[in-house]
Amino acid sequence: MTMRLRDPLLWASLALTALAALMPHSKPLFAALFPGLARPLFELDGCADLLAGHLLLVGASSGAAILLGVGAAIFVTRPAGAEFRSLVATIVAIGQTFPPVAVLAVAVPVIGFGFYPAFIALLLYGLLPIVDTAIAGLDAVPATLRDAARGMGMSEGAILRKVELPLAAPAIIGGIRISVIINVGTATVASTVGARTLGLPIIIGLDAANPAYILQGAIPVALLAIVLDLAFGRLLTALQRRRHSRPGG
Amino acid sequence: MIEIEHVTQRYGASVAVDDLSLEIAAGEFCVIIGTSGAGKSTVLRMINQLARQSSGAIRIDGEDVSRLPLAQLRRRIGYVIQSIGLFPHWTVARNVGAVPELLGWPKARTRARAAELLAALKLAPGAFLDRYPHELSIGQQQRVGIARALAADPDILLMDEPFGALDPITRQALQAEIAEIQRSNRKTVVFVTHDMDEALRLASRIAVMDQGQLVQAATPLELLSAPANDFVRDLVGRDDLGLKLLGLAAVERRMRPGEPAPGPPLAAGASLREALSRMVAEGCDRLAVVDAEGRPLGAIHLADLLRR
Repeated sequence: MTMRLRDPLLWASLALTALAALMPHSKPLFAALFPGLARPLFELDGCADLLAGHLLLVGASSGAAILLGVGAAIFVTRPAGAEFRSLVATIVAIGQTFPPVAVLAVAVPVIGFGFYPAFIALLLYGLLPIVDTAIAGLDAVPATLRDAARGMGMSEGAILRKVELPLAAPAIIGGIRISVIINVGTATVASTVGARTLGLPIIIGLDAANPAYILQGAIPVALLAIVLDLAFGRLLTALQRRRHSRPGG
Repeated sequence: MIEIEHVTQRYGASVAVDDLSLEIAAGEFCVIIGTSGAGKSTVLRMINQLARQSSGAIRIDGEDVSRLPLAQLRRRIGYVIQSIGLFPHWTVARNVGAVPELLGWPKARTRARAAELLAALKLAPGAFLDRYPHELSIGQQQRVGIARALAADPDILLMDEPFGALDPITRQALQAEIAEIQRSNRKTVVFVTHDMDEALRLASRIAVMDQGQLVQAATPLELLSAPANDFVRDLVGRDDLGLKLLGLAAVERRMRPGEPAPGPPLAAGASLREALSRMVAEGCDRLAVVDAEGRPLGAIHLADLLRR
């Protein structure tokens, strides 16, 4: 029980929930902190709504980036896809080079304002860490293991499922962790094109020189990033404890 | 029976195996020996089709291996490699049960088989079944590797320098165990090594390869007494040829049954080479020979070693 009470993930999650629930009632607090402001509390959207929108955008874009990124990494580490390896690496690196703001600016005239341009920008931006670490993780599976697996009559699909992916999992999840955390921060920018995220109070706050608004967006975003990072850390430790991923030597 | 007929393996311009023909009878312990790069491993890998030959045919019990479905072919051939290749995220039990799992055996039967094999390879099942490979010494890992290859009771066992990374003591112990397993289960073993002593100790027939070609295939005695060319002569070693010959025969075949001898006792299964070594070390010219239980059987004299 004491272990659970000291669990930082538990406390960070509780803090985030409490923040989302209590934010609408925090007007007196922000009024006291920033006495000069006519509107000390962002009331266009509730904090919980913005948090949900933020999570939806990050979840959808990261989910798509995981499917695409891990899929691409698997493809280029097969003999059939080996030729595309440098091409994929280049495309992914370019995706990372474009600032998300630039992607948003290009995407808006094509698909309009709202969720989708943000989704695409975050998807592209989140691909690189996933593809890179997934390729590295799959590459790190010793060739002798594949050889042994093949020699005992395992199909290529079974080798991928039973040997390569489980052994590469810590690296892959490490890449997903970086990608998701980056996207939590980048998703705030998405509010400039009309996606409803916790970036909205920040953007409006910057525009209107309202530091209270900025805090009301920035604090939940930071807390969300901490919660997700801790959760991924937890997942990785659980993986490592359950399996012993060092090749015997 | 494994029939290798005029098999050639080319990688680009280089030829790894050059028009090799070799028949390996059922129940034979065939050791392929040669220098590095002689194409030994490639021969093994063509038998289970991890490498597909450029030309020629390989048949197992009359069936062309290149026509068999790969999974089916490989699941009936045990494969042991020097780097062992245990799956680090699986327990010993699951590693040993890998092929039975592929064959769809019930879990309980797979586990019972794994326990049986570990016991046969001198690893206490209770202590090892649920351990992970990295918790084992290299010698123990290779025992697990051999158990894994034997799990589905294949008729054929391919071993690619399986003991190359082991210390001499573990190596000898495992050599004795694999010899015992091969004898008692009538397995056909094709074993690759570059260690002539290992080859002489284990083989019923030795195939010498050089630069992709088969130089000589003969019993250990034939190989030592009638090497086909200078390469084989160099491989068997010119200086200690006599000692190697002595290493091939057991004391019981030359001893004088019933004769008492004062000297220190020697086991009947020991080689003549050990007998000579003991005589030199002890400074005597005769040794008592005893059976496994230590009962006297007879004696062996220095002169007996010279008889052909």
